[in-house]
Amino acid sequence: MIEKLSTLWPEVALLIGATLTMIFGVSPSLAVRRLCAPIAGAALTIAGVLAFTGQHTSVSLTPNLSTYGKVIAAGVGLLLLLLVVGLPDRAYEARLARSVSRSGAFDALRNTRGEFYAFFLFSIAGLMLCASADDLVWLFLALELVSLPTYVMVTMSTPHNRSMEAGVKYFFLGAMGAATFLYGFALIYGATGTTYLPKIAELLQSQMASGGLSGLAVAGLVLSIIGICFKIAAVPMHFYTADVYQGAHSAVTAFLAFVPKTAGFFALILLLSLVGWSSTDATSSGLPQPLHTILWIIAALTMTVGNVLAVLQTSVKRIFAYSSIAHSGYMLVGLIAGPGPSLAEGGAPLQSSGLAAVLFYLLAYGVTNVAAFAVLSSLEKSGKGAGATASVAGDPDGEPAEVDSISDLRGLCSTSPLLGWTMVIACVGLLGLPPLLGFFSKMPLLTSGVRAGEYGLVVILVLNSAIAAFYYLRIAGSALLESPDLSGLSTVRPVGVATRPLAGLLAAACVVGLSFYPVMDAARWGGKFVGVEKAPSQQPVKAEPAAQAASSALDGGHTASSQSSESAVK
Amino acid sequence: MLLTLLLTPLIAALLVPLMPKNSVKPLALVGTLVPLALVIFWLATHNWYAGAPVDARVDLPWVPQLGVRFTLDIDGLSMALVALTAFLGPICVLASFTAITTRLRTYYGWLLVLQAVMTGVFLARDAVVFYVMFEFTLVPMFVLISLFGSTNRKAAAIKFFLYTFTGSVLALAGIVYLAWFNTTLDPKLFEGAGNWSFGVSTLINAGQRMSMLQQTWVFAGLMAGFAVKVPLFPLHTWLPLAHTEAPTAGSVVLAGVLLKLGTFAIFTLAIPMVPMAAVTYAPVIAVLAIIGCIYGGLICWVQTDVKKVVAYSSVAHLGFCILGMFAFNAAGLQGSVLYMINHGLSTGALFLCIGMMYERYHTRNMAEIGGLAMKMPIWASFFVLFTMASVGLPGTNGFVSEFLCVLGAFQAGGNLTGFAGSTGGNLGPWYAATAGTGMIIGAIYLLNMLGRVCFGPLKEPVGHGHDHPGSGGHGQGHATGGSVGHEINDGSVVHLPADLTGREIGILLPIAFACIFFGLFPNPLMRLTEIPVMNQVRMVEAVRREMPSVPSVPSVPAVLSVPSVLSVPSARPGTAASSAFFSAPGISQSHAASVEVNPVVAASAISAVRPASGANSGAASGPAFVPASQSAPAKSGAAVESHS
Repeated sequence: MIEKLSTLWPEVALLIGATLTMIFGVSPSLAVRRLCAPIAGAALTIAGVLAFTGQHTSVSLTPNLSTYGKVIAAGVGLLLLLLVVGLPDRAYEARLARSVSRSGAFDALRNTRGEFYAFFLFSIAGLMLCASADDLVWLFLALELVSLPTYVMVTMSTPHNRSMEAGVKYFFLGAMGAATFLYGFALIYGATGTTYLPKIAELLQSQMASGGLSGLAVAGLVLSIIGICFKIAAVPMHFYTADVYQGAHSAVTAFLAFVPKTAGFFALILLLSLVGWSSTDATSSGLPQPLHTILWIIAALTMTVGNVLAVLQTSVKRIFAYSSIAHSGYMLVGLIAGPGPSLAEGGAPLQSSGLAAVLFYLLAYGVTNVAAFAVLSSLEKSGKGAGATASVAGDPDGEPAEVDSISDLRGLCSTSPLLGWTMVIACVGLLGLPPLLGFFSKMPLLTSGVRAGEYGLVVILVLNSAIAAFYYLRIAGSALLESPDLSGLSTVRPVGVATRPLAGLLAAACVVGLSFYPVMDAARWGGKFVGVEKAPSQQPVKAEPAAQAASSALDGGHTASSQSSESAVK
Repeated sequence: MLLTLLLTPLIAALLVPLMPKNSVKPLALVGTLVPLALVIFWLATHNWYAGAPVDARVDLPWVPQLGVRFTLDIDGLSMALVALTAFLGPICVLASFTAITTRLRTYYGWLLVLQAVMTGVFLARDAVVFYVMFEFTLVPMFVLISLFGSTNRKAAAIKFFLYTFTGSVLALAGIVYLAWFNTTLDPKLFEGAGNWSFGVSTLINAGQRMSMLQQTWVFAGLMAGFAVKVPLFPLHTWLPLAHTEAPTAGSVVLAGVLLKLGTFAIFTLAIPMVPMAAVTYAPVIAVLAIIGCIYGGLICWVQTDVKKVVAYSSVAHLGFCILGMFAFNAAGLQGSVLYMINHGLSTGALFLCIGMMYERYHTRNMAEIGGLAMKMPIWASFFVLFTMASVGLPGTNGFVSEFLCVLGAFQAGGNLTGFAGSTGGNLGPWYAATAGTGMIIGAIYLLNMLGRVCFGPLKEPVGHGHDHPGSGGHGQGHATGGSVGHEINDGSVVHLPADLTGREIGILLPIAFACIFFGLFPNPLMRLTEIPVMNQVRMVEAVRREMPSVPSVPSVPAVLSVPSVLSVPSARPGTAASSAFFSAPGISQSHAASVEVNPVVAASAISAVRPASGANSGAASGPAFVPASQSAPAKSGAAVESHS
């Protein structure tokens, strides 16, 4: 138990940070309240450093996942933090400032700043816990720790009713998802009698060796996968995505598109590693047949539904919501492909390892999304047109509406070149046009999919990339090519928060791809899958020491590269 | 050298946004003239004919985690196409001086970027680098069309982007499959086998070891990508729209170079990587190409928009190019390669001419203009010349390439029946004859256009006045699109005289010179590209011998297996033979070619009794040229003549 706790210092740092922000956030002094964001940033930085330097004595089947996951959670978390700065309590603070005479009338109960940053940190702590989970109960609690704060964050992100509606929808559907995978976990427990993941893996592997998985185990895994589809916004559980993404403030939407999705993929990796991807046969994914079929259908539908529905939208945020569904579908291809023939060689190359591809894609998608949402959250719309499009009853305090429809972005490159070009780069990056990050993160998905013999999925994937071109081009073209709307009906202007364009700029620099090669190495390292110890007959005995030596050499060799990857992420 | 070629336009493009507005044009001109000067210098100083090894290979690690290396190299074919790109670069810049009056920095910046990436496609020797460049041409072209095009420009730009992007992601899937297949091979087989590598030569070696089924799928993927760009018949619908809506320089680049990316990719990637499938499905591709020739031509015939005529004529012309390429014999492949260059010259020049006319009259509708030869005699002479080159009048460059393509298709029959002069293959005289009707249709629609625009009574658009050329002809409510007005040009105060200015003559003159020069003396171009062409011929021959389904010469020596043929560095004797093959000057040379068939090829079809050792040297190194098929020269020659 003590050893397990010793791997949790990053989470502890985040929880301490969260507590501090809650205390500082209710201070009557504005200067003290303003410390919340720096405290959250410091907590994330410390957590990242601790995750990076700390020991990772995880016993799970994917030993490096927890370190990789925690480091990218902290890194992208910092970018996301830059986005949400200035978001909580904006209207409230403005009202306070207006009524200078009653400046003492600060009401700690109406203030949400401290809670917001605390929930932000809680959710990222949940993501980190998810990456290091080795027990079903732990995994469930971690997933819930990721989600519960996000329900609140969505609700309090803007004062509009829309956000409340989104929060309620998100909460109820999220509860349904959680119930589904909890039921699945219970069935897995019923099939194996333990909640400890390595033990479950052993038992399931022996089941598979002696005539296939039991029906109970299959049902448990399938229910878990479908439940977790809620987190990653994949097809049977994707309905909430557009409404919630649109209802939340753009900064929070960026958070939703990264943190729960990443947590969901970590959970899926952990669950699927229980039944293992057959690592002896390089040319197939090696998942048990029912799971393979289900995942195949989910992946194909997720990609297609996401992209086709995105084409039909006119709201930028809904487009990004549906494209987020589609990107989950792409990543499922890598998940189906599995880690590749890694046992004998001390780690599969990035091209063969679907897990490494997924881990890299998660990071790439997260960063590119930050760039896109940084632009959206840096803009606001006011004027006569704003009320009509925002469609909010009782818009409190004349809070400016968010940028929503594509036409709001018209001519952005000429009115504010920095934001405009960030948007163009983000869209082209998400589209996967070479030579940007989006292309180089999609390549490993394709190569690993082909390696696993999933030709059908790979073809669906590339065709979907082509469909995606349609709506990404509309956004990029609107920003880059159209002339700005000068009719004066509504004006789109930048919000006076400097950190959001900064976050966009940093993310765009990553997307242009100045330094992602070391991150690829880190992803490959993080996607290492050791599998369950098989009977010696299945594996040449003499190869084992060499494999272990090679893998330990790999660990040592990649420390330096993941160091630079961390700095690149930050 | 190669990096300089690639980076000069790119650096100029990066400098463009920083420059004051009035120095953008000179900078763009410098950025395109420097590569041209480099190319000319290189062409003059290096002995390209002999196939002397070019010590220019660039091989840098790029994304080692994916096995991608930044590899550039050049051979005769790449050199010819790079030269074409470099040649058209300054012409495009010069042609835009008066046509583009707003957002100069955006325009010239993207034009320079386009120049750089197009050069990069021809130089890339790594499939991913190739793909990156190939895809990235979409971005500048998208911007150029959608910002500077005519009325319907946005739809055209999006259609262009989506078509090409959809195709090329399928090609990417094919390339990824090939790369994966390569990792499953034994590392001892050839360099790069068994690893994740995207080197073109590695993938070619790997691809030729695939089974027929695998090759078929990969061929389908690659062709889906590249045929869109060419464009081959059912996938051509983006082209007329993009051509018509693009600004003049955009159309020139599109017709001149961008379409050649597709043919170049088929030549250097698709056919060598999956030769068995390419050979097997050659009739399918050839039929599509011929449908393109005829159908494209028939559509041209009924167009009223001059630019659309030329746009659809590209569909027809590129059909000939693909037909020749899939004949897989020396004449066909050589003609196809020449076609890439010649089509770029003549069609590019036609677009320039139309652009110049449009700048003066603001209409491209043939119903409104006519008899321009009276008003603009210099322009009309150029227009006539380029139309003739496009028709393929003997003496112009179009003739040589079109003739060779059709000849190649003619000769490439006789796998089953065998006839004198046949080089083996599964096309044949019927293909050539059908394509020949396409040539006739080509003459009809082009001369029809020429007659209506240049000759007859003078007809100018209503409201056109020479004092205000920028304002005449607008908003006249013409039936065809594109004539309503060039919004961007509104308010243009550039005064253009009735006939061409010195600058415009300076633009057209080099192209006119090139058209006539390569029509009379195609030799320099042929010898420049013949090594890649002959390598391709030998490679396909060897593959054909290996293929079980096609009846072939018995007792194929083991030496003839595909890799050994490919690894022969440059096959000096064969070079000499084929230089002799193409050395007769001018038109009579082509006639000679029709009679004297390449011995390597002829041997396989005519003399089944040839000794095995002869086959060995014939395929691997190429024997000295002997006039084969002495028995029936007249017959074969006469048959071809009837089609020319």
